[in-house]
Amino acid sequence: MTVDLKTGAAVEIIGLNKWFKTFQALRDINLTVLRGERLVICGPSGSGKSTLIRCINGLERHQEGRVIVEGAELTGEVGKIDVVRANVGMVFQQFNLFPHLTVLENCTLAPMWVKHLPKKEAEALAMQYLERVHIPEQASKYPGQLSGGQQQRVAIARALTMQPRIMLFDEPTSALDPEMIKEVLETMVELAGTGMTMLVVTHEMGFARTVANRIVFMDVGEIVEVAAPDDFFNNPKSARTKEFLAQILR
Amino acid sequence: MAALRRPPRIQVPGPVQWMHENLFSSAFNSVLTLVAFFLIYQTVVPFVQWAIIDAAWSGNSRDACLRFENGACWPFIIERSGQIVYGFYDVAERWRVDVILIILGLGLAWLTVPGTPGKSYVGALMIAVFPFVAFVLLVGGFGLVHVPIEKWGGLLITLVVAVTGIVVSLPLGIVLALGRRSDLPVVKGLCVAFIELWRGVPLITVLFMSANMLPLFMPDGMTINKLLSALIAVALFSSAYMAEVVRGGLQAISKGQYEAAAAVGLGYWRSMAFVILPQALRLSLPNIVGNFIGLLKDTSLVSIIGFYDLLGIVQAGNADAEWATPNTAMTGYVFAGALFWVMCFSMSRYAKALEGNLQAGERR
Amino acid sequence: MSWWRTRRTQDLLFQAALLGGVVLLVGGMAWNAAGALERQNIASGFGFLDNTAGFDVVQTLVRYDETSTYGRVLIVGLLNTLLVAIVGIVLTTLLGFVIGIGQLSSNWLVAKLCRAYVETLRNIPLLLQLFFWYFAVLRALPIPRDSWTIFGAFFLNNRGLYVPGPVTEPGFGWVVLAIALGAIGSLLLSWQARRRREAQGVITPVAPQSLALLLVPALVISAVTGFPLHFTWPVLEGFNFEGGIVVLPELMALVIALSTYTASYIAEIVRAGIQGVAKGQIEASQALGLKRSPILRLVLVPQAMRQIIPPLTSQYLNLTKNSSLAVAIAYPDLVSVFAGTTLNQTGQAIEIIAITMGIYLTLSLLTSSAMNWYNARIALTER
Repeated sequence: MTVDLKTGAAVEIIGLNKWFKTFQALRDINLTVLRGERLVICGPSGSGKSTLIRCINGLERHQEGRVIVEGAELTGEVGKIDVVRANVGMVFQQFNLFPHLTVLENCTLAPMWVKHLPKKEAEALAMQYLERVHIPEQASKYPGQLSGGQQQRVAIARALTMQPRIMLFDEPTSALDPEMIKEVLETMVELAGTGMTMLVVTHEMGFARTVANRIVFMDVGEIVEVAAPDDFFNNPKSARTKEFLAQILR
Repeated sequence: MAALRRPPRIQVPGPVQWMHENLFSSAFNSVLTLVAFFLIYQTVVPFVQWAIIDAAWSGNSRDACLRFENGACWPFIIERSGQIVYGFYDVAERWRVDVILIILGLGLAWLTVPGTPGKSYVGALMIAVFPFVAFVLLVGGFGLVHVPIEKWGGLLITLVVAVTGIVVSLPLGIVLALGRRSDLPVVKGLCVAFIELWRGVPLITVLFMSANMLPLFMPDGMTINKLLSALIAVALFSSAYMAEVVRGGLQAISKGQYEAAAAVGLGYWRSMAFVILPQALRLSLPNIVGNFIGLLKDTSLVSIIGFYDLLGIVQAGNADAEWATPNTAMTGYVFAGALFWVMCFSMSRYAKALEGNLQAGERR
Repeated sequence: MSWWRTRRTQDLLFQAALLGGVVLLVGGMAWNAAGALERQNIASGFGFLDNTAGFDVVQTLVRYDETSTYGRVLIVGLLNTLLVAIVGIVLTTLLGFVIGIGQLSSNWLVAKLCRAYVETLRNIPLLLQLFFWYFAVLRALPIPRDSWTIFGAFFLNNRGLYVPGPVTEPGFGWVVLAIALGAIGSLLLSWQARRRREAQGVITPVAPQSLALLLVPALVISAVTGFPLHFTWPVLEGFNFEGGIVVLPELMALVIALSTYTASYIAEIVRAGIQGVAKGQIEASQALGLKRSPILRLVLVPQAMRQIIPPLTSQYLNLTKNSSLAVAIAYPDLVSVFAGTTLNQTGQAIEIIAITMGIYLTLSLLTSSAMNWYNARIALTER
């Protein structure tokens, strides 16, 4: 897949360090994500990959270093966090749909209460994105009535209704049965085709190989290797990467 | 790998930083903190003043207390301590109550302290044998002097009612819970009606019923002891609540357990006795203890129908002209309240620990 | 297998035997009771409800005097029970929510204080707390002559709490009408604001306008009709107060004890309800860019309330049932005047206990069926 990278950095991370109490979760992270780039972050569990992308929309606060998202500084002052969150959408492992709201209401909540869109417009926008994830017919159902794969597609649509410039995916397929993983990955591939900047934490190496521009490998809180998919899979440099690949690819 | 990590620059917060973070993090929080301090100052300080500093501590009559106008009257409690524990039980026979209390205390300690051997045997003894031993010791017989029930009182009655309630309601509650889940419509209907009836009415109406109606239901010429009818009321009432607790435990057992028990060829009663109930009761144990706490508190209601339980004795003392001082009532309630609190709070802690153990067990 | 050895037959036989046993037991008890009543010369049936009660009741919400019937006593007692229950439920809800949320406060001292409240009150018998408030606190208040007072209008002493009593004059109906119209107007206003937000996405604050709508017409009408509401003020006459409304110490003690005790349970329910909302729900709202107040209003509270409402309702029911402890301090509730005084006078224990229990049971069953309906509705949407 060839990419037409727009110029400029979408996310800049400089010297990032993060602790939970005395446990160091992230260590000296330096990473620049370009606009339109699709980055896959992988690594063993507990390697800090989720923590890293959660630092990008301020769900986790970092103690050292800088995080700059679309030119807005997340470090220190609290004010910019709203600017950043308006630009960044996120999809969670456990979907985190609002169980007391219908699918449509899930998707109109933020447009109506953050962007103050009229209800009609918000609903039209929501339907547009529900169509894009191919489940407009489920709009009036509650999340509990949908399958896991459908729920995750709603979650993607919900994030897209805020028209973010960057999408974060935190292990979006880990909680799904195998037959549902495919439908979610297909939706993500389609999204990649629109030129969206994407940061994806995943163990789906097939997705990484075909969609990613670069793959970031993390272990024990630090970035071990950053490489293009071809190099990463065929020619890994670090011993730790080799070990990881050997386990995950069998 | 651990060598790669370095400690955070942030050190353990000092007292000043701790207070800033936990008490004065915002203007609103600061106001809250000040209000809380004010409340504590307004309640704890006067209480300590009243209960300890300004209190009468020695003496054996109300005159000793009247000199301390704004303090507790502890001589009242000291002088009445015998009644508070034993009621009007014959002084020479009080050792029998002591023996029971010691057995009860040791038994409970054995059952609650983790790691003691043979818990199930001790538990069975406490449920099946102890009540009869206690009954003989309390009432008399086998060479022991008869002590009429009218003389029982204080903590003794409180514990008799609560322990009887739990000992009777546990098996009855299990039967009712199984009945409520039965496929047989008559069994299910009767159990549901029984459970919902007692759970739907206040205990005091049940006690009134026992006092006024049970004697009418007896065959001609047969009378029913006043305490016995109250015990029946308490047992019926608490078995309905127990049934719901046990039902909760039964519902938590997965269908696979029932199927597995049936698959190895166990019939209904055996699969219940050997597979389902042991698991369900273990799961319900925290709530059973919770039920017992409620029961222990509820026993105080027997003072309304004329028993001198822990609260009744204190209430009677308050009304006694011999101890009429402005502080007698308050002293009595604070003491009885503290006694109840210690019993209930320690049991609730125990229930919480049990719950923690169960959750830890599930994670494994 | 012969027919009588099949499982089905055995089940039927067992149930028939059980039913027979129960019928025999109940029948035997009824037989014994009939005999006992005859020997003791006690009437049976519900005719006594029409007989004159002949005793006084210290607090009545409907007209009642010594010539009223036992049926009237039943109504008076029931209304007094409902009064305690309703006032108690309102107060305990406020207190319970404040303390429950306080337990989760980031303020260490507030959280600990609320925790201490919960652990203290729910581990002491309610009856003991009721005695404490009634005999130790309210009885220790000063005599009427030395009452504690606020603004010379409210007086608190060992006879009760004396508050100004409202007296309406002709024309007051118009004021009530104005308030009602104002309330409808402000409802319309907020409905319109909501429509506007949904249509155009603009948020219009309506609180000041609503308040004005509620107050201004009422005040104007009051002025026009010459302020048709005045108060009778409690005044000390001799040894006691005259005028105004008196809140009996029994009622005060009962309401205080019931609401503070029940609040300790409600606080735990509220805490568990809030903590029960998954952390991911808050994170998802934050990631969408929602601010603190909409997250609370639109995500956290609706989900927490679903967990809170069923146990909260059963606490309301508990409070109502516990109000029967009134009998211990002689507050004239249902149990006290009906299952107590009336039973002692007539001796008709079976009928009276049955009516009393029937009333509480009806309340319980109504509440629990309402809850079953609510739970089923929730389950339908969440599955």
